[in-house]
Amino acid sequence: MSDLAIELRGIDKSFGLVHANKDINVKVRKGTIHGIIGENGAGKSTLMSILYGFYQADRGDILIDGKTVTIKDPNTAIASGIGMVHQHFMLVENFTVLENIMLGAEDSQVLNTSISKARVELKRLEKEYALEVNPDALIEELPVGLQQRVEILKALYRKADILILDEPTGVLTPAEADHLFRILGQLKAQGKTIILITHKLREIMAITDEVSVMRRGEMVATRNTRETSVEELAELMVGRRVLLRVEKGEANPGAVKLSVKNLTVRDSRGVTMVDNVSFDIRAGEIVGIAGVAGNGQSELLEAISGIRRAVSGSVVLNGKSVDVTAHVDPGELRVQGLGHVPEDRHHVGLVLKFDESENAILGYHRDKRYLNGPFLNMDAIRAEAEDKIQKYDIRPPNAKLKTANFSGGNQQKIVLAREMERGPDVLIIGQPTRGVDVGAIEFIHKRIIEMRDRGMAVLLVSVELDEIRALSDRILVMFAGRVVGERGADATEGELGLLMAGVEGRKEAAE
Amino acid sequence: MSNPYAKLPNWAEYGLIPFVNLVVAFLVAGLVVLLVGENPLDAAYHMVNGAFGRGEYIGFTLYYATTFIFTGLSVAVAFHAGLFNIGSEGQAYIGGIGVTLACLWLDRTMPWFVVFPLAIIGSAAFGALWAFLPGWLQAKRGSHIVITTIMFNFIASSLMVYLLTRVLKPLGSMAPQTRTFEAGGQLPKLDWLLSIFGLDIGNAPFNISFLLALLVAFGVWTLIWRTRFGYELRTMGHSPSAARYAGISETRITIIVMMISGGLAGMMALNPIMGEQFRMQLDFVQGAGFVGIAVALMGRSHPAGIIPAAILFGMLYQGGAEIAFEMPAISRDMIVIIQGLVILFAGALENMFRPAISRFFAGLGQRSATAAQTKGA
Repeated sequence: MSDLAIELRGIDKSFGLVHANKDINVKVRKGTIHGIIGENGAGKSTLMSILYGFYQADRGDILIDGKTVTIKDPNTAIASGIGMVHQHFMLVENFTVLENIMLGAEDSQVLNTSISKARVELKRLEKEYALEVNPDALIEELPVGLQQRVEILKALYRKADILILDEPTGVLTPAEADHLFRILGQLKAQGKTIILITHKLREIMAITDEVSVMRRGEMVATRNTRETSVEELAELMVGRRVLLRVEKGEANPGAVKLSVKNLTVRDSRGVTMVDNVSFDIRAGEIVGIAGVAGNGQSELLEAISGIRRAVSGSVVLNGKSVDVTAHVDPGELRVQGLGHVPEDRHHVGLVLKFDESENAILGYHRDKRYLNGPFLNMDAIRAEAEDKIQKYDIRPPNAKLKTANFSGGNQQKIVLAREMERGPDVLIIGQPTRGVDVGAIEFIHKRIIEMRDRGMAVLLVSVELDEIRALSDRILVMFAGRVVGERGADATEGELGLLMAGVEGRKEAAE
Repeated sequence: MSNPYAKLPNWAEYGLIPFVNLVVAFLVAGLVVLLVGENPLDAAYHMVNGAFGRGEYIGFTLYYATTFIFTGLSVAVAFHAGLFNIGSEGQAYIGGIGVTLACLWLDRTMPWFVVFPLAIIGSAAFGALWAFLPGWLQAKRGSHIVITTIMFNFIASSLMVYLLTRVLKPLGSMAPQTRTFEAGGQLPKLDWLLSIFGLDIGNAPFNISFLLALLVAFGVWTLIWRTRFGYELRTMGHSPSAARYAGISETRITIIVMMISGGLAGMMALNPIMGEQFRMQLDFVQGAGFVGIAVALMGRSHPAGIIPAAILFGMLYQGGAEIAFEMPAISRDMIVIIQGLVILFAGALENMFRPAISRFFAGLGQRSATAAQTKGA
């Protein structure tokens, strides 16, 4: 018996010319929580995919319990005692919890006996690990936190001793995340080994025993969590010193630049996503909207930017009223001084198949300076793109490169450069740093503050509570389509967390 | 990793992969020929010789290619906007009305160079009109363009039967066709162009609309990659959500793109009507609209790819006819099978050899192209 649950020796993997994992060595001790951090594209997901059998390593050995194993597909991984909880849940929405848990682990073609057996086993697991969930509930009716619990139960049901969790807190409220950590603690106490993949340094510090840092396909360091610090880990991840705290001065709010009144928006199914929301944003301030994803923030941004038609309500932009209940031309709003960095840069903010220079004018392509009559002025467009590449340090500095070939952080910089450099009066930003590496986050945060100090009114939506707290001058919390509270920049995480979970808000509304 | 395959050099992407696909298509076609008891090498000889062996054959090949350039461009333009126009066939058919009206009106009084521009405008206008309705229905009512354009092909076919048997047919004639045009309705042949290369055009109907096709191909390239409208249509084609974000009107783009696509298909009618038959006959399009889909796929919706792809299909048409003539065991339907194989491998299975070729490039880096082809095939 070895005291190592997993040992990876010299794992090497290339995709074509991309060397995703270079000679990786990791030791994960039994009964510990082992964190793996790294920026996007550092190779974390590839490494875990190799461990779970999605890919085969070109070279190297995987040892489980001290024995070399060949993992050729997820089934062998499961047989070796490895379970994975994916970032995007692999659940059948219209199946019950029980059906999902036994899916793929049925004993025979006839399900009756397996169902009753699974029910007994599930009861036992629930009791053993304190993971209560109604076995007959439909997945689509469960909140996200419980769905994740089902994923964990699924792995345990398959007798996993080693659990891999890929960015598990991305979709959770702070309270749900805390609950998850308690569960992980219990699992550890029962002798399970847990590998936690994340980019959130705070989580690493909170619950892991050891942490391995990846950078550009290499494993650069493994530390005892107790003996390291957030600063050291950030530096290891990025390869240079990073400023983690955003430095900003006092806000000097001026005139109201964006005024939203009684805005109500429904989604394509007719469900009310934004419910009678009102707020003002002044020049020179950043108003953050906190909330768990899916509570109406996306629809709010879409309605203000003219992408989605509102049911009722009014928006005044720069002193001019915009009829958001009718068809609004987003191009016209840009002319009136609205910049919009959308939440989803892959499908909305950029056309990934375009050259960088073509994306540098998306939405502003009707501007005369890029045109010669009906023709595109290719020289002007390229000059513009190159100027922004230089100002925003977009790498590689090649305006002709296809946008899909830039990293997440650089893609986001392309969008930011386009929307900020025009100097709009109102800038609305959704998820400014989603899927962006630490180095670029620092840059992006600095720019947002800079825009505020230049007198822009900034509306910021993010599911990262830290980001909201770091940047905002005022914080609105959205829950179930409504603004359930407003707090100052000094609001504590606990306070906001309660609002985000809808607890505090109901009380406030009742008062 | 979203894209596990390394990017290929351009020459491999646009040259090697189509070439490998084509080679495989012909190998499989060769098996089919073998199956009916003929010698595939003989068939290949007749195919190539029949398409390029003499000036006259080349003239025929390029005559067919002209037709396919127009319909290929038609499909490609719509494709860039994310619209799958299956209706080039019907749009080309209706475009014939525009050509015919111009010819019937002026062929006795005006020279061809006066009639031709009017016929161009007429063919484009009628083709565009026929594509306008499906475009409008898609944009305003959400009726799927694939379904409506297919239905419009049938409507076009019925309408033309009516017109050619009741309205446009000269009194007393038994044939469902218009009267034969006089000199003003006949386009000059490009015999001088072939004679530059020392070739004799013979009876081939290779005519000046080929030059128009090249001009239009350049125009389409300009439209798609060098105009504001082209920028907007490509944005919509790649990402409708990004188009909405950028303030691009889907309704407007859909309708206009369909009209351009229909107009290009309509211009195809110039070639057979004014260039070969000098009258409009029943079913003169003969499936060219559908071949256009294959041409656009194979040419990757780029004019520079569509022209060679159109010539390839011209070769299949002309050379195929020659095979059918020389080798009685191989009927015309067999030729259709061979064309189908080319479409299958070059279009539908376009990515079949990509992983192997990618791996090859990644693994061995610098090696000669011939080696890559052997491996791929």
